[in-house]
Amino acid sequence: MTPETAVGTAVLLPLLGAVGIALTGRWPNLRESVTVVTALAVFGVVLSLVPGVLAGDRPGLTVLDVMPGVALAFEVEPLGMLYGLVATGLWIPTALYAIGYCRAHGEENQTRFFVCFALAIFAALGIAFARNLFTLFLFYEALTLSTYPLVTHYGNDEARAAGRTYLGILLTTSILFLLLAIIWTWKLTGTLEFSPGGILAGRVDGPLVAVLLGLYVFGTGKAALMPFHRWLPAAMVAPTPVSALLHAVAIVKAGVFTVVKVIVYIFGIDFLSETGASIWLMYAASFTLLAASLIAFTKDNLKARLAYSTISQLAYIVLGGALATATGVFGSGMHIAMHAMGKITLFFCAGAIFVASHKKNVSEMDGLGRRMPFTLAAFFVGSMSIIGLPPTGGAWSKWYLALGAAEGHHLVFVGVLMVSSLLSIGYLMPVVGRAFFLAPSSDPVENSKSEGDGLGLPVKGFWSKIHEAPLLCVAPLCATAAGCVVLFFYAPDILGLLQGMRLSG
Amino acid sequence: MNEHLPALQTVVPMMAAPICILLRRASWVRVFAVAVAWSCLAIALALLEQVLTHGTISYALGGWAAPLGIEYRVDVLNAYVLVIVATIGAVVIPFPLDGRELRIPRERYYLFYSLFLLCLAGLLGITITGDLFNIFVFLEISSLSAYALIGLGRDRGALTAAFSYLVMGTIGGTFILIGTGLIYQMTGTLNIVDLARRLPPVLESRTVWIAPAFLVVGTSIKLAAFPLHQWLPNAYTFAPSMVSSFLSATATKVAYYVLVRVIFGIFGAAFFFETIGLSSLLLPLSLAAMVVGSLAAIQQTNIKRLLAYSSIAQIGYMTLGLSLANLNGLTGGLVHLFNHALMKGGLFLVVACALSRVASPDLEALRGLGRKMPLTMAAFVVGGLSLIGVPGTVGFVSKWFLVLGALDKGLYLVAFFILASSLLAVVYVWRVVEIMYFRESAVPVERDEAPLSMLVPTWILIGGTVYFGLNTELTAGVAHTAAQFLLGGAS
Repeated sequence: MTPETAVGTAVLLPLLGAVGIALTGRWPNLRESVTVVTALAVFGVVLSLVPGVLAGDRPGLTVLDVMPGVALAFEVEPLGMLYGLVATGLWIPTALYAIGYCRAHGEENQTRFFVCFALAIFAALGIAFARNLFTLFLFYEALTLSTYPLVTHYGNDEARAAGRTYLGILLTTSILFLLLAIIWTWKLTGTLEFSPGGILAGRVDGPLVAVLLGLYVFGTGKAALMPFHRWLPAAMVAPTPVSALLHAVAIVKAGVFTVVKVIVYIFGIDFLSETGASIWLMYAASFTLLAASLIAFTKDNLKARLAYSTISQLAYIVLGGALATATGVFGSGMHIAMHAMGKITLFFCAGAIFVASHKKNVSEMDGLGRRMPFTLAAFFVGSMSIIGLPPTGGAWSKWYLALGAAEGHHLVFVGVLMVSSLLSIGYLMPVVGRAFFLAPSSDPVENSKSEGDGLGLPVKGFWSKIHEAPLLCVAPLCATAAGCVVLFFYAPDILGLLQGMRLSG
Repeated sequence: MNEHLPALQTVVPMMAAPICILLRRASWVRVFAVAVAWSCLAIALALLEQVLTHGTISYALGGWAAPLGIEYRVDVLNAYVLVIVATIGAVVIPFPLDGRELRIPRERYYLFYSLFLLCLAGLLGITITGDLFNIFVFLEISSLSAYALIGLGRDRGALTAAFSYLVMGTIGGTFILIGTGLIYQMTGTLNIVDLARRLPPVLESRTVWIAPAFLVVGTSIKLAAFPLHQWLPNAYTFAPSMVSSFLSATATKVAYYVLVRVIFGIFGAAFFFETIGLSSLLLPLSLAAMVVGSLAAIQQTNIKRLLAYSSIAQIGYMTLGLSLANLNGLTGGLVHLFNHALMKGGLFLVVACALSRVASPDLEALRGLGRKMPLTMAAFVVGGLSLIGVPGTVGFVSKWFLVLGALDKGLYLVAFFILASSLLAVVYVWRVVEIMYFRESAVPVERDEAPLSMLVPTWILIGGTVYFGLNTELTAGVAHTAAQFLLGGAS
């Protein structure tokens, strides 16, 4: 397979997978096999692109010319490669987890669920490999629309209201700001291609640069920069696998990926640091970063707490881009991967806790660690990565972000990063502490309840006290927790990949 | 044969209309009408192809040379509009007639097809002719048959709707006739090309100054441009859905064409945009149409009326493109003719499909329809996304050019406005989507999809909104050439 066909195959496979899932909807086992096989195949194909990209190739594919100069086209560069790897790589554990979760939980409309999931991955890959702003925007909107049925999965009033917030914010910002910014860019430069060193330098100056940057950043509602962050907590009504992959990985990372990509390949970091047009964004991102952390403290619902933590962590990535230094961009790119692995673990844990004990709130989780030691140990590892402690991957991305701030002589943001790390200890560690060190509230009904129906694969064996979620839930979350540690040791490889980015023209 | 194509374009459907009455049998008439509509499309496509390769075609009807005789003149602009009208006609006419929506019994369906073909002939005639008075004649042919078609709706409201359309349409037609008369008085000619030559010397006279007012207002009534749109919501609501589909996709488009022809072809852009300053009137009214139409659509409880108000907003986009009067703006306005024809034609066909299974076009009656008719409702979602202007649909292409046109003129606020108004479309489209997919029906639903004969035409138009959203070579390409032709010819 040539790299060109590999790019096409990678993007097309999830779409074919969606069709396959729809066709096999009547036979759940076959349908789930299609999901898993597709996920594995997509990841394999994406992985096969890595050596070429590392060697400096930019495999691409032009599908068709939509308008003169505006094409539906793909090109794989390091940042997109990384995002593509993260999205498709984490699809595999999520697919397994979702199967376990949906069956244990007796979800309805599972076929629609898995079809939309595959479509979302299709859209995410389209974003990752987009060669120009048009293609990116096309798949950006496709991602919003394909995940709407997932957010509103339960179909009740709460889900419908959440769906309105979700579509309302994401469509409003993208149509009103992002599209305007794209058309404006086209008018100024006559091109929409992502180019090394950016395309705007010399075409626009003065305060207009900052305005245009603002349109891009706030137009990318998926990056959840305040005040356009409300959709993310609202979307938590979705089933947990959706929150895990989409609202910790594919969708939100699509947002920050877009922001970083625009900063690097449309504005160019040299142009931004010369004009100082992104300084306001550093402060805006820092505000979101700290404010979201503080809000996370007030949330007792575990998923809501994680959602605000995500908002805060996304702001790290935006901040790294706004610093407009090479190290900052690398830190952002690494954080896309590190945060994804950490946060998906935490969401998996939240879902496993919910499946096994039907508990949603942190305050109810006293002593839970004795019943679910694997889940909560994984939660601990994931938290370490989010906080940024070695030996987990999050340590490196935070290191490079801080280094980027220092290099750009923006020392105040080094302080912001450190304070925020402390805050994240404050809102994540109590979960683990309560679970392991506090005595469980006595609830005989809860304790006598047998777990692990559904697949009939409970974790049995060593202590009768243990009542974990089904194996298909627990195994993926242990795997991603291990992944957090593995990433600590593979950080240089990720950095190596990102250093292949052509930052100046 | 080939050199007579312009004449055949109108003669074929015109002659076919009485033949329908002779044939009588509903099934025969339907097959015959389909054949006629498809040959009209073939002719229109052949004409477009000829124009694009060899340039403007001039055809003297009956061999009488212009300016005395009637000239059929096909250039890029009207060849493009001919294709729009003929395409919609060809796709909509095979759509099966549903007794639940029609006032007449099956034995008299031949009358429906006869009227339909007459309307098609009239619309094609308006578009193809190069003679101002002839435009009026064809306008009356198409309008009279349209009134009757609307009146065929089963609901009693159809009669009053048709009547008020008749009153408004007649006023519009009369205005056009008065305008025509005034310029004939000053120039002694009715041929458009000849007029463009003879008008400039007498442009300062008061008579000539009044004529464009009558012509513009007259065509604006036919176009349902805000605030002259009152006839439209009722007409589209009470007409049989298939008729609404055809008229919404063609009648207003042809009126827009006439307006463009009057402005650019007869008086010249300089006269309208510099001397009179039409933009300062048309631009705010277009913006108002976009907002008022959308806001009204949001409040409707009847899906056909909702789509009708949405049409008023969409017509605002077209006139906005016209008022920008630059290359990108005009391209946007013109390409929206085709794009809106596809989406609104398709959406009204969706309603027609739905009405074959549910009793009323009230939104409440659509509850649970997402489960009952998944294919039909998926078509609605795609069409709705196109109304919003999601990338990958035709709505995006129109918006792209319009925003670009506004930015070219430095009208940043207008650009923002265009995008903001598409968010209103999100609201009215999603209201319907929520009802279809989230609200449970009062009775248990079982899958009961519309027949294939209905789904195929619907999906041809809806699929077109995606296909032409990604491949704009034909639509935006031709619209761009036409806009260039108009602006180049005017300067």
